[in-house]
Amino acid sequence: MAGLVVRRARRQRAFRWAVLVVLGTFFVFPLIAMIEFSTRDSQTWPLLADWPRLSETYPDLAAGIVASLGQAALTSLLMLVLLVPTAIWVRLRLPRLRRIVEFLCLLPLTIPAIVLVVGLAPVYAWVNYFLGGSSLTLVFAYTILVLPYAYRAIDAGLSSIDVRTLAEAARSLGASWTTVIWRVVLPNIRSAVLSAAFLTVALVLGEFTIASLLHRTNLQVAIDYLGKSSATMSVAVSLAALLLAFALLLLLSLFGNRSARESR
Amino acid sequence: MAEIATAAPQRVARRPRLRGASALLGTVPFFAYVTIFLVIPTLVVVIGAFAADAGGFTLANVRSLGDEYIVAAFGRSITLSAASALIGAVFGALLAYALVTAKTGGLLRRVVTAACGVLAQFGGVTLAFAFLATIGLSGFLTLWLTEHGFDPYANGVWLFELPGLTLVYTYFQIPLMVIVFLPALDGIRPQWREATESLGGTTWQYWTRVAGPLLAPAFLGATLLLFANAFSAYATAAALVSQGSPIVPLQIRGALTSEVVLGQANLGKAMALGMVIVVAVVMTLYSLLQKRTARWLG
Repeated sequence: MAGLVVRRARRQRAFRWAVLVVLGTFFVFPLIAMIEFSTRDSQTWPLLADWPRLSETYPDLAAGIVASLGQAALTSLLMLVLLVPTAIWVRLRLPRLRRIVEFLCLLPLTIPAIVLVVGLAPVYAWVNYFLGGSSLTLVFAYTILVLPYAYRAIDAGLSSIDVRTLAEAARSLGASWTTVIWRVVLPNIRSAVLSAAFLTVALVLGEFTIASLLHRTNLQVAIDYLGKSSATMSVAVSLAALLLAFALLLLLSLFGNRSARESR
Repeated sequence: MAEIATAAPQRVARRPRLRGASALLGTVPFFAYVTIFLVIPTLVVVIGAFAADAGGFTLANVRSLGDEYIVAAFGRSITLSAASALIGAVFGALLAYALVTAKTGGLLRRVVTAACGVLAQFGGVTLAFAFLATIGLSGFLTLWLTEHGFDPYANGVWLFELPGLTLVYTYFQIPLMVIVFLPALDGIRPQWREATESLGGTTWQYWTRVAGPLLAPAFLGATLLLFANAFSAYATAAALVSQGSPIVPLQIRGALTSEVVLGQANLGKAMALGMVIVVAVVMTLYSLLQKRTARWLG
């Protein structure tokens, strides 16, 4: 029996490393190829690091980067303003609405972005009319796209604390509802809010479908456009964007692990 | 006695709900926003699919979904999604099993799961360029292979067609499979294997009679999720394929950006509705299988 267990452990180790090496090669190889490809022209990386020269040489790319950063910041803000008070409020005062709020928040998961664009086109005709065609107006659509992920993060945060008791304690001490939300509940779900914001930033920085089909610019649209004229540069920017997303999401998963361990 | 004790405080706590009218005001911004940017767009697609150009009800848009080129696009979309879902599911399951046999909470498992979380989100333009740099016409691997006497594109450039798209999609499908399938594998208890062995069962019998049937609904459900994921993907294909519209999302791009053919202004909406229906059916099956999985491996 002991011999069997040892033999199986050895077999499993061999299997594990075989799978990891084969699939690891498949996943790492494109990244190495990107490094090789983007260093064929030795000027590419120094140029990418030099912002003034970059924005002069590739104005479209610079505009895309600026637009994406603005969209990421504003989408996080709008998502938080819209979702956090509503989620807390529904939990405290309108528990019967929770299912419908949840349904609406998770609905974008079953609607592909390309389908959403088809429906958004007429809505954006009105947005253009009232607010103009700035690429920052994409924030409205992006807030919908990130709803499922942000809602799950915030809802998990709210489930892990006793919102009702906290709110009742604060109310009985004379706090207004704004104080309850802003100064009592919000500080208690800080890590959930932070992870929702992280996910939002990562998703917005990677978004292409809606921006390109509504004729606005962002990082991905700029990379796609750049690919038609300067392949080396576009691969370098892709790699940089990818590494940034890696860093963001790895930070998030490490952060998420730590807060999960703390609450245990 | 116990029932009374639990019922009484509940009623006190529930009373504020009845004064809900003013409380409803607090949710107005959320519902207004979701109505404008989610509900209305959905209705635009659903209603537009049945609307004639000049207004009024028509089935012409939906009927033209039967046109040869649209049926072919749906066929290719489904082939691409099914192929990439199957490949992703098989390799993802192998990788997930490799992780399960590693030490729980070990470094290997933590790093690979985190990397999968990142790679599953990784799609779109950057992924397309990653593969262009690898096996594009002047890609790293292409050049190396050609130098060593093997031209991968001897029989035509397949990167921008279905085989190429399948390969590229696999890159985000495998990590997604690992994330979705790992919890089910974790639900398998070592005691079940021990029980099989103490009753004289072999490894083959354990996998075909015990673990296989238990994992089958989870595996099938995860494959369906992967299918829906590939079916909805647009950006990767859009960045890779610049000529022609082999799959449905690219057909919709064509309908949105090109000059509208007379009488077909709403064809894009009909195709979009078709996509929603396919995704909805797949996701319903997925949630049914999810319930079946939870019975043993929840």
